[in-house]
Amino acid sequence: MAHKSDLIADDILGYLKAQEEKSLLRFITCGSVDDGKSTLIGRLLWDSKLIFEDQLAALESDSRKVGTQGGEIDFALLLDGLQAEREQGITIDVAYRFFSTDKRKFIVADTPGHEQYTRNMATGASTADVAVILIDARKGILTQTRRHSFITSLLGIKHVVLAVNKMDLIDYDQSKFDEIVAAYNAFAAQLNYSSITAIPLSALRGDNMIEASANTPWYSGPTLLAHLEDIQVEQDAINKPFRLPVQWVNRPNLDFRGFSGTVSSGRVKPGDEIVVTASGQTSKVKEIVTFDGNLDEAIAGQAITLTLEDEIDISRGDVLAASDAKPEFADQFEARIIWMHEDHLLPGRPYLIKMGAQVTSAQISDLKYKVNVNTLEHVAGKTLELNEVGIANISADKALAFDPYDENRHSGRFIIIDRFTNATVGAGMVNHSLRRATNIKWQEMDINKQARAYQKGQKSVVLWFTGLSGAGKSTVANLVEKKLHALGKHTYTLDGDNVRHGLNKDLGFTDADRVENIRRVGETAKLFVDAGVITLVSFISPFKSERQLARSLVEKDEFIEVFIDTPLEVCEQRDVKGLYKKARAGEIANFTGISSPYERPENAEIVVNTADQSAEEAAEQIVAKLEEFGVLGAWYPEI
Amino acid sequence: MQPNLTHLRQLEAESIHIIREVAASFERPVMLYSIGKDSSVLLHLARKAFYPAPPPFPLMHVDTTWKFREMIEFRDRMAAEYGFDLIVHINQDGVERGIGPFTHGSSLHTDVMKTESLKQALNKYKFDAAFGGARRDEEKARAKERVFSFRTETHRWDPKNQRPELWDIYNARINKGESIRAFPISNWTELDIWQYIYLEQIPIVPLYYSAKRPVVERDGMLIMVDDDRMPLKPGEKPEMKSVRFRTLGCYPLTGAVESEAATLPEIIQEMLLTRSSERQGRMIDHDQAGSMEKKKQEGYF
Repeated sequence: MAHKSDLIADDILGYLKAQEEKSLLRFITCGSVDDGKSTLIGRLLWDSKLIFEDQLAALESDSRKVGTQGGEIDFALLLDGLQAEREQGITIDVAYRFFSTDKRKFIVADTPGHEQYTRNMATGASTADVAVILIDARKGILTQTRRHSFITSLLGIKHVVLAVNKMDLIDYDQSKFDEIVAAYNAFAAQLNYSSITAIPLSALRGDNMIEASANTPWYSGPTLLAHLEDIQVEQDAINKPFRLPVQWVNRPNLDFRGFSGTVSSGRVKPGDEIVVTASGQTSKVKEIVTFDGNLDEAIAGQAITLTLEDEIDISRGDVLAASDAKPEFADQFEARIIWMHEDHLLPGRPYLIKMGAQVTSAQISDLKYKVNVNTLEHVAGKTLELNEVGIANISADKALAFDPYDENRHSGRFIIIDRFTNATVGAGMVNHSLRRATNIKWQEMDINKQARAYQKGQKSVVLWFTGLSGAGKSTVANLVEKKLHALGKHTYTLDGDNVRHGLNKDLGFTDADRVENIRRVGETAKLFVDAGVITLVSFISPFKSERQLARSLVEKDEFIEVFIDTPLEVCEQRDVKGLYKKARAGEIANFTGISSPYERPENAEIVVNTADQSAEEAAEQIVAKLEEFGVLGAWYPEI
Repeated sequence: MQPNLTHLRQLEAESIHIIREVAASFERPVMLYSIGKDSSVLLHLARKAFYPAPPPFPLMHVDTTWKFREMIEFRDRMAAEYGFDLIVHINQDGVERGIGPFTHGSSLHTDVMKTESLKQALNKYKFDAAFGGARRDEEKARAKERVFSFRTETHRWDPKNQRPELWDIYNARINKGESIRAFPISNWTELDIWQYIYLEQIPIVPLYYSAKRPVVERDGMLIMVDDDRMPLKPGEKPEMKSVRFRTLGCYPLTGAVESEAATLPEIIQEMLLTRSSERQGRMIDHDQAGSMEKKKQEGYF
């Protein structure tokens, strides 16, 4: 039963204690005007005692005036909110209803079932965990049943209640009920549901709504309310990998830097290693901060603030994720799209996409096909009109972090906004990314990195040379490469200046460009490592975060930082390119060592300098270290 | 089976998510503070959302000058205690014209001192987002309103042209002059609010608790004589009765209920055992069917 009145009256404190343990279930009801949907919800509200006397008085008077039950109480009138709808006798938007029992609080998305309101049903389904699909027992499965099922499945609902209503009008005939259920199960096999529960009902008479009906002795399953009270959906999000879309950087003072957001899936503890999806930087969770004290663990659904062990650059829109189960990160992906606006979709036109806290401009580059929501057939098409569903490729201006929606319903979902009218014109769910880079990890290739490196008798690594301008990075790198070449090693050098002439010539020296510069070089180096090559990179890379970014792109033992620790005075004195002079004269802004800091590496694998030793000696020292690290020796072919 | 997150913790997290989203998406957000129990919960949630920092927006009270005195005392005490930035706005034009509920009726009074006044304040401070404590279970028109509710430059709400709102992704895009009303506790019910106040021990205005108060009965409602601006009709004599308020607003427009409930558990107990909904105590809904929908279209919260 709904609320235990006796406990409320006799032991209110005991009642309140019990209420604190209540869970929450969101469900959607799908059905058309005649299926009795509003009556069903009205009845649930009524029976859980959440209709008050004044509302009842209004309901009785409304029932007499505009009711459709011949003067009897018309529960549907409780729901149809907006005046225009009341007069037309239809619900035209999504409305949210609330009721509760001693076990659960329920939020019901009440949506219209007409085809022209696919938009509203999708909206209601987006937050629901269960769909109650109404069927008029006299009519069986109709086009609309298929449509409702398809849309709820499209939005990722896994649990369906098939509410076969108006059983009283077919004399509670079991064989007809069984027929409907068999037909539905056959149809639903192509949808992605994990549970389907069919219940014979009469919402108007109350059969199997709250209490088991004497009219259906052949039915032994749960009543509608009992099923809604007991169905378990909570683990769905918690069992996925940890994701936290950062909404807000909380920085009340210099000593506190927290990242606020709601855990969208998984769980997190202090000490867990996390990765910032966009930059690839990793750190460990220091504290989980809340107003009610620090937590030992946070799970999906909790709104928290994380502090990290390291100072890394994170802002709104970043997604923090478990470092061993990263989301995809791509600017091109395939998605299913529901169009929600009268102005139809224009492929190629820039729209805004909002995915969690990530916002970017994007184009729907290629509409592959439309899906007929009634028959599920694929139809060719160039555009989507209001309430149409299609599969399309999307090309975003910047990469987004996501999981395919079918793998993780709390990720990979977005709305599409018109840049000029600001209207929400569509919604989408990512099927998969289209970037080769992210596909590599699940393409089993016979010839892999190890095989390629073995062929060359080496272990492929990145040698990252960092140091001030004029420290001797390029000179030393050049000597090292010569020595390795002489040893029969396969090498390649990526030089900062040279790369800026080609691959990175579109980049300037703003912070964003600097990061992008490093990212591209890092990614290129990663490809060379994958090709089995010993890759030398010579880059000033003054910031720790930049080097950390490059390091994070490859495996742990594949990154060897070589710090050319030549003192500034020596570098400035050499001034090979005359840059120090210009910087001192103020002609070059942000010059490392003069007007911009150089953050010294603390844990470089190799440290040399060209002040106390010659470039030749430094190169020899580096090659010796490589020998020691097993880069040259371990894989040396035994001829 | 014990849930991982109880319904109150889920509602709390949803509200915090919304509050953070508004703070991050708008240039000049403001939290409307009506001093009622829903506002108390909203303020509490805002403090949670940004802890250890204070909420990054001011609170604003649109004062009609007819609020219960205890509400104003409570407001000022909370502002001092929590140290938040409080803006009090009064429609001076209405004050000069002497607008009041007794002289001009509830409808005009609400219109000038509340709806107009709110618009004035939003324009004056150029707020582009305003938090409100409305709940969808309060009234049928609210059941369909979005969490991010778009308002035109003239603050109008168009119920037939609302932006679809999916998942927890809110469209915060507006043009200059337009605004968003954000309702973080949309999905809470009256019972949730009371249970949460109890659980979190959130301070509320003492008027919610039963006490002996001077009231007169008018049009079936018990009106408290809060100050000497209330003209007594012939034969009317204030009586001391044990009453409390289920909803708070302008004292001449807010009906009291006879009650002995003097603690939170007693209030919740009474609420669950009686069967009249809280807005019954508000005159504004009784004017005509669908009146809330009309008021909302015109810019009322």
